[in-house]
Amino acid sequence: MGEFDFGVIQRSLGYLFREGMTFTLTLTGIAAAGGIFFGTLLAMMRLSSHKWLSLPATAYVNLMRSIPLLLVIFWFYFLVPYIGAWVTGSSQPVKVGAFTSSVVTFMLFEAAYYSEIMRAGIQSIARGQVWAGLALGLNYWQTMKQIVLPQAFRNMVPILLTQTIILFQDTSLVYVLSITDFLGAASKIAQRDGRLVEMYIFAALVYFIISYLLSQLVKRLQLRIAIIR
Amino acid sequence: MNYNWNWGIFWEMSADGRHTWFMTLIMGLGWTLATAFCAGIIAFILGSFIGVVRTMPIKWAVRIGNAYVELFRNIPLLVQLFIWFFVLPELLPTSLGNSIKQMNPPWASFVPAVIGLGLFTAARVAEQVRAGIQALARGQGMAGTALGLTLAQTYRSVLLPMAFRIIMPPLTSETMNLIKNTSVALTIGLIELTAAARSMQEFTFQVFEAFTAATVIYIVVNLIAVNLMRWLERRIAVPGFIGPAVGGGGH
Repeated sequence: MGEFDFGVIQRSLGYLFREGMTFTLTLTGIAAAGGIFFGTLLAMMRLSSHKWLSLPATAYVNLMRSIPLLLVIFWFYFLVPYIGAWVTGSSQPVKVGAFTSSVVTFMLFEAAYYSEIMRAGIQSIARGQVWAGLALGLNYWQTMKQIVLPQAFRNMVPILLTQTIILFQDTSLVYVLSITDFLGAASKIAQRDGRLVEMYIFAALVYFIISYLLSQLVKRLQLRIAIIR
Repeated sequence: MNYNWNWGIFWEMSADGRHTWFMTLIMGLGWTLATAFCAGIIAFILGSFIGVVRTMPIKWAVRIGNAYVELFRNIPLLVQLFIWFFVLPELLPTSLGNSIKQMNPPWASFVPAVIGLGLFTAARVAEQVRAGIQALARGQGMAGTALGLTLAQTYRSVLLPMAFRIIMPPLTSETMNLIKNTSVALTIGLIELTAAARSMQEFTFQVFEAFTAATVIYIVVNLIAVNLMRWLERRIAVPGFIGPAVGGGGH
């Protein structure tokens, strides 16, 4: 191990950010949007008075929350081709790329965590508001869409964003599928040039700066929301 | 769809030729629990210390404590493990670095995994401990001072006993997180439960059997850990104050 070689970072910046970081951010974005969507549906199911809706949702959330994300990544990597075959009715497992597989994984995994946040958000809205909505002649979906969810989202924005920062960090685990996300790109160059020290410290620094800045933004947002209420 | 189910696979000889696949998974579980236990001890001691420091009336100490938490919370665990595993031996003096690299197989990944997970989880414990202490009425600390206790005595006899009881529920979920997070150590070569299931899948192609077994084991371990923590919570609850066993009244 010789001296620090910062040149290796400079030479690979294009690859690291154009390929790696783009993948990481795309995956984070899609998984967050899908996760919040399915998470909200799961939360509504869990709060439903119909047992056949609340029981499966509860079971799903508890299952996802009790196994490690890495195991879920492996599960879906092998399950998604079979699910694909089942959906399309083909007799052979469908070939699914690592990207699709990781998007599905993170969306469904994060949905369980987002659903817990949304459940708390929905429960923070006084029940009388739902009754008021129903009394005004709105149906369940209208009440949810016009009255409950907008307020629930607003109350929960800081926590949803914090969870998204965690998601951003967790996407680094796609490393186990040999995908070129930001860490995967850094690791490939580190192995190729034998520059583990520089590349991993640089990767840590980049993750730190992004996550830290975002978390500071969330803190500010939290203060603003807290003042208005 | 054609998939050959074979639940008997667990009793067949594994790739190492000495244990069945069932035993391979159990040994993986052993490493998962050992890693979580050792890292948990580091996390609890260091996290409590940093959490306390962050509530002390000493500005520079608070700042260092906050910096620690921000540093370890904002870097992905996987990257942290890589730094302990790949980077640290290179930065140490050559002889020490080499002796670390030459450790025997399980220890070469186990030690960095324990250090990495321990320091990572410590940041999360510190956050809980700080929140627990700050949840107490401010008057409690002042009352301690008024009674003539030193700062250390106030923490030891007044603040911490209550703060730790308050944060038992979040500490329970941190324990769960720690057990799940040990799976990340497979990236630095520790054959814990997820890695054992993965190797079983790679050698036998019995994907669903291997991962189902690992999933069931994780769920059982989780249930046991949750119930142990709940039991501990009830055991140490102060009657009439807080805790799940106490209904109504209290503070």
